[in-house]
Amino acid sequence: MMHSLILQTATRMLIALMLVFALFILWRGHNEPGGGFIGGLIAAVAFALHGLAFGAKEMRKLLIADPRTIIAAGLATAVVSGLFALFKDGGPLPFMTGAWYITYTETGEKGFAIGTPVLFDVGVFLVVVGGIVAMVQSLMEEH
Amino acid sequence: MSAWLVVSPILVPLATAALCALAWGRVPLQRIISLAGSVTLFVCGALLLAHVGANGITAAQMSDWPAPFGITLVADHLAAVMVLIAAVMAVAVAIYAFGDIAPERERFGFHPVFQTLMVGVCGSFITGDLFNLYVWFEVMLISSFMLLALGGTREQIDGAIKYAALNLIATASFLMAVALLYGLTGTLNMADLALRLREVEQTGVVTTVAVLFIIAFGMKAAVFPLFFWLPASYHTPAIPVQAIFAGLLTKVGVYALLRTFTLIFVGDTAWTHGLMLWIAGLTMLAGVLGSLAVTDLRRAFSWQVVAHIGYMIMGLALYTPLAIAGAVFYLVHDIVVKTNLFLGAGLARRLTGHDDLRSMGGLFKATPLLAVVMFVPLASLAGFPPLSGFWSKLVLLQASLEKEAYVIAAVSLIVGLLTMWLVGRIWAELFWKAHPVADPQGTAAIAPGTRFALVAPLVLLSAMTVAIGLFAEPVMQVAAAAATELMDPAPYIEAVLGKGEPPPTAVVGLEPAEVRP
Amino acid sequence: MEIVMAFVIGIMVAGSVYLLLSRNLLRVLFGVILLSNAVNLVILTVGGLTLGLPPLIGPEAKVLEAPYSNPLPQALILTAIVIGFGLLSFALVLVYRGYQELGTLDSDRMRVAEPCDPAEMPAPVGEPAKTREAA
Repeated sequence: MMHSLILQTATRMLIALMLVFALFILWRGHNEPGGGFIGGLIAAVAFALHGLAFGAKEMRKLLIADPRTIIAAGLATAVVSGLFALFKDGGPLPFMTGAWYITYTETGEKGFAIGTPVLFDVGVFLVVVGGIVAMVQSLMEEH
Repeated sequence: MSAWLVVSPILVPLATAALCALAWGRVPLQRIISLAGSVTLFVCGALLLAHVGANGITAAQMSDWPAPFGITLVADHLAAVMVLIAAVMAVAVAIYAFGDIAPERERFGFHPVFQTLMVGVCGSFITGDLFNLYVWFEVMLISSFMLLALGGTREQIDGAIKYAALNLIATASFLMAVALLYGLTGTLNMADLALRLREVEQTGVVTTVAVLFIIAFGMKAAVFPLFFWLPASYHTPAIPVQAIFAGLLTKVGVYALLRTFTLIFVGDTAWTHGLMLWIAGLTMLAGVLGSLAVTDLRRAFSWQVVAHIGYMIMGLALYTPLAIAGAVFYLVHDIVVKTNLFLGAGLARRLTGHDDLRSMGGLFKATPLLAVVMFVPLASLAGFPPLSGFWSKLVLLQASLEKEAYVIAAVSLIVGLLTMWLVGRIWAELFWKAHPVADPQGTAAIAPGTRFALVAPLVLLSAMTVAIGLFAEPVMQVAAAAATELMDPAPYIEAVLGKGEPPPTAVVGLEPAEVRP
Repeated sequence: MEIVMAFVIGIMVAGSVYLLLSRNLLRVLFGVILLSNAVNLVILTVGGLTLGLPPLIGPEAKVLEAPYSNPLPQALILTAIVIGFGLLSFALVLVYRGYQELGTLDSDRMRVAEPCDPAEMPAPVGEPAKTREAA
């Protein structure tokens, strides 16, 4: 870690922005370029920046959970997103078949839609964040 | 519902791995989850084999995307048998890990990584897509790296570096071969590839790609002359890791060769399969000579892993229904025996306190019952009737004589003889000879709970070897069914792509003339 | 364009083979990295080098509009890069640990797992000290 006041102050301001941006990219992946992987990378960079400014211990605190638990949770989320196909109308469809919840406006147009691909992306997001933070953490603790 | 049965060999270990990782830090819970997951995998494997036996080849289109656009998973007899036998090994190793794995290795995630390895292994067996096969190979590879380096002793780091270097090169050549094949045909679905490759006119290019696949899968399967990483690394990690590596990892390479060189690359069998016959003979000889040259028990067994890969490649290279059936039989037999041998070597080390045959001994006096249990895999390795090794070698020999391939028949017999010499030596040194320094204690000296965990997998696997030997007929029937499916790819292709004309190619880049500036 | 790509890939593979033949493990690792990048270029080339629009279906459209580039090689390369990144970073850490534990990067002198007679051990080539600075 570096003891730099400028970096520390800038990080405090940047990290919230980066995390929000990461979530935005994750959500944007729903219909447009973006998604869990790239969003996860941005979030992981935010945590790594925090680690660089305040040290690995502070980064771990910020993360709340153990990075390996985050990987596991992401993996579990991704698996669960595939299981929705079991309970879809029209019998059990194959693994990973998308299931959607769509609202319609009064005129019959499609409104808000959310489906299992988003859940899968959240899983990917968590795996990427957990994986990269775990790597950064183990490299930082060595020194 | 059958689609879910087909995906279960991937889903079950994946869910188990996630649950194990969620229970990070609670080792006893991880052990139980790992064992429960392995047992569930076994049940799924058995159901899958029964399903395939009753309904024939079953394909499942992931996400409901039709083949060849989505990822297809296919279960035929070969894939189902491999999943089942891999699940048995997972159960045996999960039980053994209760008794013999260092606490710090367990804390650093032995169980989740082990289950991830099973995801990769079972995924490779069940997939019907070449790029997906690459992904499963990578899942397998990265978890095997972690397992190999887990604990981080000097010996392990040394072994892991060599393992990593050669396997990374194999991975790159696999991907290169996949890319070239995609360029030739515009598809990566194996059934679709089988159809399209027949229409490709540049047979020279196809054969070149085929040889690239032999190199890539051959490195994974540790065949001559690309096997040096195996005896350099397999004896270094924890005993359960050694056992699962010796039992399953190289066999995934053999499986991939069996799959691609019966389904896809069958245009120039005289050249490709002829090349493999040479590889098979030289692999056998190199392996058995290497095993005779070392005195470390586990290193001798590592060399034996190489030697017996040769037999399976021989079955594939002969390329007759009987020979392929022999290769499948050999796969089943060899996975059980090799896992058993490495688990046994671990127990022998614990009892005698050493790995080197010269410093071991006295086990027959100390534990006569264990000696009987250990005699089964050793005898099966050498091919004593009526154990599984005898039948599998007999079928391959018969196939080679039918094909009038007398040289390979002679080589396989000589290698069998040399293996018998090795087994005799191990038996004399390990069991009959008195221990040079101390009087080894029997298994009674081990704490009861640990003792059960260490001995039960050995008994289970030895019983399996005896059972395969005594009831060779049903196993042979399944192997023959698998061979029939492999030799005639039409039902496989139909199961994946459905009946009728193959769908149009999805590739747009292959006709780029008009969009160029 | 394909011809140029073929030569570029050829040169990269030749360079990686040269590096792979080295006894220094760090060079071997660089060779593997170069090889995996060359393979990614192979995928890109065989997928067809076209100048087209990104393969995205617009908000109003139902299908892709005509001159679009082949998305499959890009998906394959992305997967390969991600996997390769994971493997190679692990391999780099492994080589680093190997240097710490075994005190050498010379693969001929790594004989812990397969011990040999000390008299047959090849002489040190005097490279490890230099490579540490390079690393």
